[in-house]
Amino acid sequence: MADRPADPAGLVQALEQRAYLADRGLATAMHLAMKLGRPLLLEGDAGVGKTEAARTLAAVLDAELVRLQCHEGLDRSQALYAWDHPRQLLHLRALEASGDRPADHESDLYDERFLLERPLLRALRRGDRAVLLVDEIDRADDEFEAFLLELLSDFQITIPELGTVTAPSRPVVMLTSNRTRELSDALKRRCLYHWIDHPTVEREAAIVRARAPEVPDQVATRVAELVARLRTLGLYKPPGVAETIDWAGVLADVDELDAQGLVDTLGVVVKDHDDLEVVRAAVDELLAS
Amino acid sequence: MHLDAVSDDQDWAVGLATMLRRAGVTVGTGQVIACERALTTLTAADQVDRYWAGRACLVSDPDDLVTYDRVFRAYEGTPVDLQTPATDDPTEDGGVDAGSDAGPPMDPGPTFGDDEVAVAGAVASERERLRHRRFDAMDDEERQDVDRILARLRVAVPRRRSRRTGPGRRGELDLPRTLDRALRSDGELFDRAWRAPRTRPRRFVLVLDVSGSMAGHARAMLRFALAARRTADRELARRVEVFAFGTRLTRLSDALSARDPDAAIAAAARHVVDWDGGTRIGSSIDELVRRWAPRGVLRGSVVVICSDGLERGDPAQLAASMARLRRHAHRILWVNPLAGDDRFVPNQRGMAAALPYVDGLLAGDTLAGLERVADVLAGGSVPSPAAPVPSPVDPGRWLRTVGGDRREGPR
Repeated sequence: MADRPADPAGLVQALEQRAYLADRGLATAMHLAMKLGRPLLLEGDAGVGKTEAARTLAAVLDAELVRLQCHEGLDRSQALYAWDHPRQLLHLRALEASGDRPADHESDLYDERFLLERPLLRALRRGDRAVLLVDEIDRADDEFEAFLLELLSDFQITIPELGTVTAPSRPVVMLTSNRTRELSDALKRRCLYHWIDHPTVEREAAIVRARAPEVPDQVATRVAELVARLRTLGLYKPPGVAETIDWAGVLADVDELDAQGLVDTLGVVVKDHDDLEVVRAAVDELLAS
Repeated sequence: MHLDAVSDDQDWAVGLATMLRRAGVTVGTGQVIACERALTTLTAADQVDRYWAGRACLVSDPDDLVTYDRVFRAYEGTPVDLQTPATDDPTEDGGVDAGSDAGPPMDPGPTFGDDEVAVAGAVASERERLRHRRFDAMDDEERQDVDRILARLRVAVPRRRSRRTGPGRRGELDLPRTLDRALRSDGELFDRAWRAPRTRPRRFVLVLDVSGSMAGHARAMLRFALAARRTADRELARRVEVFAFGTRLTRLSDALSARDPDAAIAAAARHVVDWDGGTRIGSSIDELVRRWAPRGVLRGSVVVICSDGLERGDPAQLAASMARLRRHAHRILWVNPLAGDDRFVPNQRGMAAALPYVDGLLAGDTLAGLERVADVLAGGSVPSPAAPVPSPVDPGRWLRTVGGDRREGPR
């Protein structure tokens, strides 16, 4: 295992080496999540880098990122484990062909080799060699939330056919939510919490430079400024950091950004028809600085 | 400022938590313990560390962040220089005692006895008498009767196909269950099991005008939403969303579980209705789409807007936001109590602007009217002729949409 950063400042540096610029607050929250063995709940607008934070942390810790994307109706067989039924059937057939009575071998069917590991089980087994990312937990049902809460307090589960699986050590757990519904108080209380804001212009410019080194400095700054202004226009879908990076890449070779150039490339950052209208009407205002 | 030993961390965390609670933030004991441990973990924590550690451990709602900043400043007692200000709140200055100007006070709300004392026979006749009485013309006693009747109203919404499957007579082979059965017959596949897609109810989104003139009706419509929540269909119960608006919009869904729905609506009205009492439907719908569509609340939902359509803002904005809502929702119904009058023509500026995007316009100003709303909501048939329901503006248009559902093609 790689050396784990000893304090938030060290974590900021380690993340930065992997081109993720976290502020002190996010780094402190992640640091504490690891030290206290508590899950970290991240909220923030779409595109502020919630998922990326988990991905980069996994890289820093030299751990595997185990991601569980939540959705309505998420169930045990998708989140935890499932049995490989086609292979079990084949096995049955093979037993039959060899003249055995399959009913005598029922326990064989529920052997480790027929078990399909899903994200939660995988993270549990890997322990602290995994970063478990439970993405968009608000999309899952209440029941799943309750189950997750239980899992996150015991870090063990029972598979009836196999027995109990206990995590050798606690994986780092991060949850993200878009706040489509309120999470249960119990879950919130168990978690550390951090709200990720849109980055400041300076930080966003730095992010662009880190992620797209080919982009000249002044373009990065300019694009970050423009995006910051776009976010104040009250768009339906304000651009996220990923859009900023894309846009900077597109504009990397443009010497002087004029109204025409801006309008031509707008589709990279603004992805909604009504929003486009709003931005087109405000182009001159945007460029005047 | 005073962090030498563990006990200091403890005192510090407990003190901060106490002040946060006084300011209206919910902080659990587990969170306080986490905060103590966090401070112990961060050796030689400076003010910035304390700020972030406290924030990560004690706050779990972005709405509380402003309060946290204020309380933290007051608690530390010194000017706080933070690397990144989390929220700008220029109106507040540092040394204010956080306890004194706490967050919104909890609405005390009188207790609401669930007196289910109606006798079946009495209800039937009462119901007839009450059926055609306008909600805003009722006295308290009648209102209570109506509440009881509304509580029994059956509310259903159209269903959609789910991604999940359940046991069915046809469809795909259900391998797990087939295997189970095969085991019982020594591995011989006599009996195969099938699975087919399930259906689930669509989300039901109620958008309530709570401005002064609508008070009586909003109250009844809220009961309607509560009835939807109480339905036997647990999945529908979880999918009822209520928003209230006047000049602004607020979400009422969580208040639905409050003991007293009337108190909830009054609190919402205080929050979203300005003194001039004007209704800004356009900007409220816009806010609905802007804030809640990205979170998937409106996608494929059945939206019921209850308002008299007297728009104070720009009708063009209303039309634009309705067009937007149209693209998210499966179906939009507009309940307008003014439509209960036979002479009603939907020519007010607001109503006229919204009409092209609405699947049906109903009165819903009486119990009979709400029954019809429930009927139509369920994709149901024409209401019984016994009920002299004021005709909807264009029944033909609505019937066409009820019959051939334009969005539910085979997938």
